[in-house]
Parts: sequence; structure tokens; C-alpha cells
Amino acid sequence: MTERLPARALLVAIAVAILGVFPLVFSNPTTTSIAVFTLIFMVAASAWNMFSGYSGYIALGHAVYFGVGAYALTLLANHLGFAAGWGIFALVPVAGIIAGLVAVPTGLIALRARRHTFVVITIAFMFIFQLAASNFAFTGGSSGLQPPTPLWSAVAYNDHFYYVSAIVLVATVALSWLVRRSRFGLQLFSIRDDEERARGLGVRVARVKLSAFVLSAVPIGMAGGIYAYFLGQIFPQFAFDPLFDLSIALMAFIGGLGTVAGPLLGALVLESLQQYFTVQSGASQVYLIIYGGLFLAVVLLLPRGVIPSIEELVARWRTRGSAEDRAREEEEAGESADVVKAAGAR
Amino acid sequence: MSALVEAERVSKAFGGLQALSECSLSVPKGSIAGLIGPNGSGKTTLFNVMTGYERCNAGEIRFDGVPVTGATPERVFDLGVGRTFQITRLFFRMTVLENILVATQRHEGWLRSVARRAGSTAERARALEMLEFVGLAGLAGSPAGTLSYGQRKLLELASLLVADPAVLLLDEPTAGVNPGLIEQLTERIRELNRAGKTFLVVEHNMEFVMGLCHEVTVLHQGRTLVTGPPEQVRSDPAVLDAYLGGGDDDDF
Repeated sequence: MTERLPARALLVAIAVAILGVFPLVFSNPTTTSIAVFTLIFMVAASAWNMFSGYSGYIALGHAVYFGVGAYALTLLANHLGFAAGWGIFALVPVAGIIAGLVAVPTGLIALRARRHTFVVITIAFMFIFQLAASNFAFTGGSSGLQPPTPLWSAVAYNDHFYYVSAIVLVATVALSWLVRRSRFGLQLFSIRDDEERARGLGVRVARVKLSAFVLSAVPIGMAGGIYAYFLGQIFPQFAFDPLFDLSIALMAFIGGLGTVAGPLLGALVLESLQQYFTVQSGASQVYLIIYGGLFLAVVLLLPRGVIPSIEELVARWRTRGSAEDRAREEEEAGESADVVKAAGAR
Repeated sequence: MSALVEAERVSKAFGGLQALSECSLSVPKGSIAGLIGPNGSGKTTLFNVMTGYERCNAGEIRFDGVPVTGATPERVFDLGVGRTFQITRLFFRMTVLENILVATQRHEGWLRSVARRAGSTAERARALEMLEFVGLAGLAGSPAGTLSYGQRKLLELASLLVADPAVLLLDEPTAGVNPGLIEQLTERIRELNRAGKTFLVVEHNMEFVMGLCHEVTVLHQGRTLVTGPPEQVRSDPAVLDAYLGGGDDDDF
């Protein structure tokens, strides 16, 4: 474990460096646009995994917090009279906090149930919020809302969103990593494995589950805020989108549920592919077929996700390597013993 | 000796089934008490009521004189009552060491629990000590799911011990465990008892109960039939009757 730490730190450093220079190298607005969407989904998948991946409670309603973040940023920007430009990005953390506040009552209700019932309640919440957004006057009903559009040059327009998303992503991943190695994370894993026993060992399961739920809603709210500002318009059916829920869950499943890197890898591959196909073919629904196919392939071939399977492969390769060394040494030792024996016989 | 754990006239019904009716039990501080009875006599239900997993309909549970009736399992554990399950429950996808670390971190605020790494050096040392005690130190890094049945029982015990509970409620600790490990388990329980721990053991293995317990309580159809030293209980006609299926309502 300790000897692998530098290798892992190096990987992280390389990833952050690529994240930093990507728009400088690939400055084509089509590419950077795909990159912004991909980063937003990496944030969402990583944050979702912080609750669902670690606790085993599969939530399919986190679009609620994405949508709340999107609407919160737009409403605040419009009503507080924020000028279009960098200033609105200051509302991104506020959007996250509002999403977190909404997650308290919704989480309290949903977490009264377990497993399948929990899943159904989270889905129900998503539709309640979608319906509410299309029927309230202050959300603009079904015609949605428009945040101010900044007057940045077309060439560098996406870069602003890219770097803000990148910062949010780095913070989210850092939080995910922190939680995973923390005592709190261990409590979440104990709930995933056996909630009843965790209670019997003094884990305050209600508190642990709710705080993880709220914690995962905050980055998703921030991602929703950036998404709304980036698109320049939001509609109820896109802000509170059942496909959003399925997508982030799939990304986490494919990459590796409960790992830090898995959801990032899943989102990186799936979201960039989806955006690429949308741009290339204009057929925006083709990705659903690809999602289905990929999901089947992963479930059949790598049921625990890509990252855990790779880790296992590496571990096996390492032990086999050392086992081969040992076998060779033994063989050599045996040979020399044979030589000695032969010499003695002679 | 004062009673450390007491159940007084506890009743519990599941629909029309009266699992416990005015059942009383008292475990003196520092003793090893046994709880036996035929299948379906309410032993596990009594355990569940005592540890907060079920709520009783009537009666009172006291721990060290403090009423804990209706408390949550988390609170019961905090008061110093640890339990194991009839069908061993572990955190199967975590390592053996991580399994033990879960119970070491009960008294802390939420923010602290996020900021601090799971298992401080002292806690890891203590966890390893517990593993050493039950003879699983060599398996600290293995996933708990790979342990044998007997090893799982030992791990379950160790993961309670790390929190230093005053009393341990063991639900069928020897079921499905090979004789060698049973001996080891008996030895560990005796050793812990000498160090001051109180035990209440549900068991079907009579040899184990009679050899280990200072006092045995027999449950039958949700009622306390007899309480007394093992030799006395073993030869009590009412107990023999209950086990051999005799009684007034017998059709034979």
C-alpha cells in the first residue's frame, strides 16, 4: 500500500495537469463544449457515488438537486441583478448550499425506507420537483428561465465554464477521497454491508446516511448551477431529468461503484462519447443504445466495474510475478542440490 | 452480586403469536449466564428485545439499574451491551481489520468523523491486539467474506470486544463451529470473564453451556421455566419435560 502511494500521487498530478492544460491544447469550441459537459457529469457522478456508492443506497432522484441548483443560480442571478460575467460564478456555491438544504427534508423522508422502497421514493421526488417546476410561476412554468448571457468572445467562451467546473471537480474528488478514508466513510461502508449490525456496533445510521445524502447533493447542485449558466436556458424536463439519474448511476456502475476513480472514468468515457455522437450525428438519442450495450458488457464481463477489476488484475499480476520469482529460486536451489547429490554419488 | 442486565416480566407478541409472556431474566455482574430452551421458546426474541432490535409490548429492561426499554440498538451498545447474532453478521466486503475498527469510533462528532482517518495508530494497535486474542491476527488484511464459519464467529466477538462492553450477549456462539474452535472460544470467554466481563449466552450445545455457565435459565413457550446452577437445571423434571415434549396438553 505504502509503496504504491507515490505511483498514485503521480497519476493524480498527471490528471490535474491534463485537466489544467486541456483547453489550451484543444481550443476548438466544439471540443471545449464537450469538455464542459463531461466535467459537469464527472462532478455529478462522483458526488452521487459519495452517497450511493459508499452506502449502498441507490438513489435515482439526484436530478432534484441538479435542478434545484440550476434554478437557484438562475433565479438568484436574475432577481439580484447580477451582471453577466464572472460574478455569477460566485452563485455556484450558493446553488450547492441551497441544493444541500433541499436534500435535508427530502433525504429525511426517503431514508426512512430501505433498498427498493428508497429507490422508488427518490424517483417520486424527482417527478414531484419536475412537475412543480413546470407549474409554478416563479420558475417560468414549462417555458423555463434564462440566466444572463455573458458577452465573452466565442473563442474563449467555454474556457470560463471549463475552469470553474474543473475547480468544482477537484474539490468534489478531494471530498470523495477524504470521506472514503475517513471514519465517517468506514461507517458508510458498514451500512452498505450490513446496516442492522452497524447499529449494533454503535453506528448512528440515520445521522450517517442523512449527512452523506446531503453531502452528495451539494456538488450536484453546484454542477446544476454551472450547467444552467452554460446552456443559457433551463427547462423543467432537462433540469429534473430521469435520464440524468440513470446516466450518473451508470457512470458510477461502469467505472466501479464505491471507488473514487470509478465514477470519474465512467463519466469521462460516457459523457464525452454521448456529446461527441450528438455533435457528429445530430441523433441525440443514439447514446441510449450505447449506454445499454456498455452496461450489459460491464455487468457480464466486469460486474464490479472497471476500476476494481483492473486493481484485481494488477494485484494478481504482482503476486504471480513474485510467485514466479520464488518458484525460479526454488528451482535453482533444487538444481544445485541435484548437482551436489550427483557429485556425491560420483 | 447485583444484577447487571435484567428483563422483568417482558411480553412480546407477533400478531397472534405470543413469543414472550411475562418472561424475567437477571444476569448478575461478573457471571456467565446461559439461556437455553427448545426451538421457538423465545430466546432470540428476548435477545432482540434486550438489545433494542425489537420493542416489547410490556415489561422493562434494565442495564445496571437504568431502564433501557425501547432504546435503539445504537444506544444500547453505547451503554455497554454488545451482542452477536445467531447467523453471523459481518461486513463481508471490508477487511478483517476494518470490521473491528467500526466499533472503535462511537463517541465523536460528525465533523471529526469526516476529517479523521479511519483507525488511528492506537485504534489499529488495539484492533490487532483483539485479533491476536482470538487468533486471527494473520488475517487482518483479508476480506471478511473469505473467513471460515468459525473464524467469522471469532471475528464477530473481536469486533465487539474492541469497544470494551461491560456485558456480551452471544447468540449461539458454537453453532456450526468445529470442536477445536469451540474449545478456543470457551477459553476466550473464561479469560474475559476473569477480567470482569459479564456474559449471557444462548446455546443449544448443552456440553458447552453446562461446562461454561454459572447459572442457567430455561425458557419454554415464552416463559421462564427455571433458573439455577447447571447441575440443578439439568435434573429438573420440568426442564426434561419441556425438552422431551411431555406435558399436560400432550396427545400421546
